[in-house]
Amino acid sequence: MHGLVWLIPVLPFLGALLNGAVLKGRLGKKAVAWVACGLVGLAALLALLVIAGYLGSPEHAAHQPFERDYYTWIPAGAVHTPDGVKNFTVSAGLLVDPLSCVMLFVVTFVGFLIHLYSVGYMAHEEGFQRYFTYLNLFMGAMLLLVLGNNYAVLFVGWEGVGLCSYLLIGFYFKQEFPPYAGRKAFIVNRIGDFAFLIGVFALVSAFGTLKFTELFPRIAANPTLVQGPYVLGLSLAAFIALSLFIGATGKSAQIPLFVWLPDAMAGPTPVSALIHAATMVTAGVYMVARSNVIYQLAPGVSQLIAVIGAATALFAATIGLAQTDIKKVLAYSTVSQLGYMFLAAGLTAYSAAIFHLMTHAFFKALLFLGSGSVIHAMGGEQDMRKMGGLKAALPQTYRTFLIGALAIAGIFPFAGFFSKDEILHAALGHGRWVLYGVGLFTAALTAFYMFRAVYMTFHGTFRGTHEQEHHLHESPPVMTVPLWILAVGAVVAGWVGFPGWNVFERFLEPVLLRPAGLEVPEHEIGALIPAIVALAVAALAIYGASRVFGGDRGLEGGRAWAERFPRVHRLLSNKYWVDEIYDATVVRGFWATARGLFRFDASFIDGLLVNGTRHATVAFSLLSGLFDKYVVDGLVNLVGTILDAGSRTLRRVQTGSVGSYALVLAAGMFALVCLYMALRQG
Amino acid sequence: MLEITTNHFLVLSFLLFVIGLVGIITRRNMITVLMSIELVLNSVNLNLIAFSYQLSDLTGQIFAIFTITVAAGEAAVGLGILIAFFRLHDTANLDAAVELKG
Repeated sequence: MHGLVWLIPVLPFLGALLNGAVLKGRLGKKAVAWVACGLVGLAALLALLVIAGYLGSPEHAAHQPFERDYYTWIPAGAVHTPDGVKNFTVSAGLLVDPLSCVMLFVVTFVGFLIHLYSVGYMAHEEGFQRYFTYLNLFMGAMLLLVLGNNYAVLFVGWEGVGLCSYLLIGFYFKQEFPPYAGRKAFIVNRIGDFAFLIGVFALVSAFGTLKFTELFPRIAANPTLVQGPYVLGLSLAAFIALSLFIGATGKSAQIPLFVWLPDAMAGPTPVSALIHAATMVTAGVYMVARSNVIYQLAPGVSQLIAVIGAATALFAATIGLAQTDIKKVLAYSTVSQLGYMFLAAGLTAYSAAIFHLMTHAFFKALLFLGSGSVIHAMGGEQDMRKMGGLKAALPQTYRTFLIGALAIAGIFPFAGFFSKDEILHAALGHGRWVLYGVGLFTAALTAFYMFRAVYMTFHGTFRGTHEQEHHLHESPPVMTVPLWILAVGAVVAGWVGFPGWNVFERFLEPVLLRPAGLEVPEHEIGALIPAIVALAVAALAIYGASRVFGGDRGLEGGRAWAERFPRVHRLLSNKYWVDEIYDATVVRGFWATARGLFRFDASFIDGLLVNGTRHATVAFSLLSGLFDKYVVDGLVNLVGTILDAGSRTLRRVQTGSVGSYALVLAAGMFALVCLYMALRQG
Repeated sequence: MLEITTNHFLVLSFLLFVIGLVGIITRRNMITVLMSIELVLNSVNLNLIAFSYQLSDLTGQIFAIFTITVAAGEAAVGLGILIAFFRLHDTANLDAAVELKG
């Protein structure tokens, strides 16, 4: 059954082809939805069968991946590596192993639900068919990313999801901001992708292959080469690891390349749920986990990843405290949770990172879809200050949103509790107290801002216009059913990683091998204390949020806090002015450079070189013209004139009188005879 | 009695040649010109025979016979051309043959 794995990415691509090209403009909304959702649903079903097939196969029993190359994509030829000459080819191939099984499940399952939800959410929008084309295209690219058996196929998926992200952020292209946000996302991602490519090139030059199953054994078998000095004082492993990680900071919105993600909320909300929360932005985490063999040989880079992850988590969580746009809150929360995943990856707790990735996919997709349901009911309003008391009008949305909020806050027995506990436990297990403290504090902030959002949106009294209040309605079943399914996922997804009975970690073990000496001790009863501490902190934060924002206080509690710390509030609500700083330095610097180059172009290149060449050419042509006219033509005319004059003269000789010819003949003869005689005498 | 030597022949031959040449140059009638050409050719024949006699070598006489033969051909062709010309122009005057005048 798992031999059919190639069909999984092909089906969504087929959907994109059908909706985007073959049947473009010929289908009604209903048929478009059936094609798009049907093919993705089929892919999801097939994914389950493939996973089941792989789990029952002898390869899985032998801890081996299932791998197949479909055709040779780039037959590049010989590459000189330190290990000797390798025949470097890149194949289009797919790989099924426990890690890709997890990603496959998350992407197809969450993706399918979001497709379903979109049918309801986008029902009244223009560009319905275009939307589903992009969404299917995204699914195909994302599946290629998680299933590819080498870095090149992964990169194709990586760029493909980036493209779809750009297209979908700028979906409302008639407005001013979304296309700008799309460009911003694309450009920021390109910076990361550049570094990613550098890392891939370094891999090719050092090992002559990009295939995971060949590359990682070669690296593991050759630690001296990998850890020797390479460039800039980095070892080869550190160089590759750092390059790939910079790629991941772009895609997964980490410091310093996180600025695009909050603006990406300009796209439709289901897109934010699918691409900018559940799947695409986690590609960086997946890639780091996939490359764990490299990262374990580069401990310095791993440390850096952990620090950047923790810093991003804290930084974004503090910004989330002061946002008033419900989607912005969730966006910063996503950045923060991605930071959490990188914290885990940096601590070499890759299975914890993937675990959090999975649970996060469920509860963050749920929260985004819930916020989408709210926005849908509010007629496009996203400002939480104009909401309030929505739980009466939107009971289903409220309940599912609450489950999502509890899950992200890390309340037992919801999914977030288990995955966050794994990460904090890893920090403790390595004795990294500062990282643990930051993680714990971030968890408290997360619980606080999420419940701030819950209270501002669903509790208290309605603060919007009368018209909006009249319009309020619960979303149709096509939207609420996916919400409930995701809500179930947000509860149970964590149970596979129950402390002391961690099926998830054992499942991923063949891929995410732990090097000797870095084992995290098994959970014991004593180790439950950190979990209880985390739970207590989260509960306390929720209680705090209810004191500030709960009940009928509405906006008063928040305003009081903002007035008490005006500077902090200004700092947070302006997102630390990071966008402004980037604008003042990078963007403005870029513009200034561009303008300088333009001036150089206009004055030197255009003025001196191009126009100078023009003037010189014109002058030379004039001279050349004169030469032609007087010297060359003059010579030609001279020949003509001479011939003319000569002919005029000589024609007189031809009198036509035979007598005169005979006289000349006789005279000539006489002259010749005289000449002969004279010469003979002499 | 004056002995007739080669020089006498040469003088006679020279006179005949000059008479023929002057006839060719000055005469307008084609028939007269043809006759003058015969005169020139026969002056050469006389020259050849005179030297042949002096040197006791028959080659000169044979040459003369060749010349007479060629002169007969020439006269035939020349008269043919003359008749053709006369038919065309109704005259045997050489001044009428000026088609190639420059």
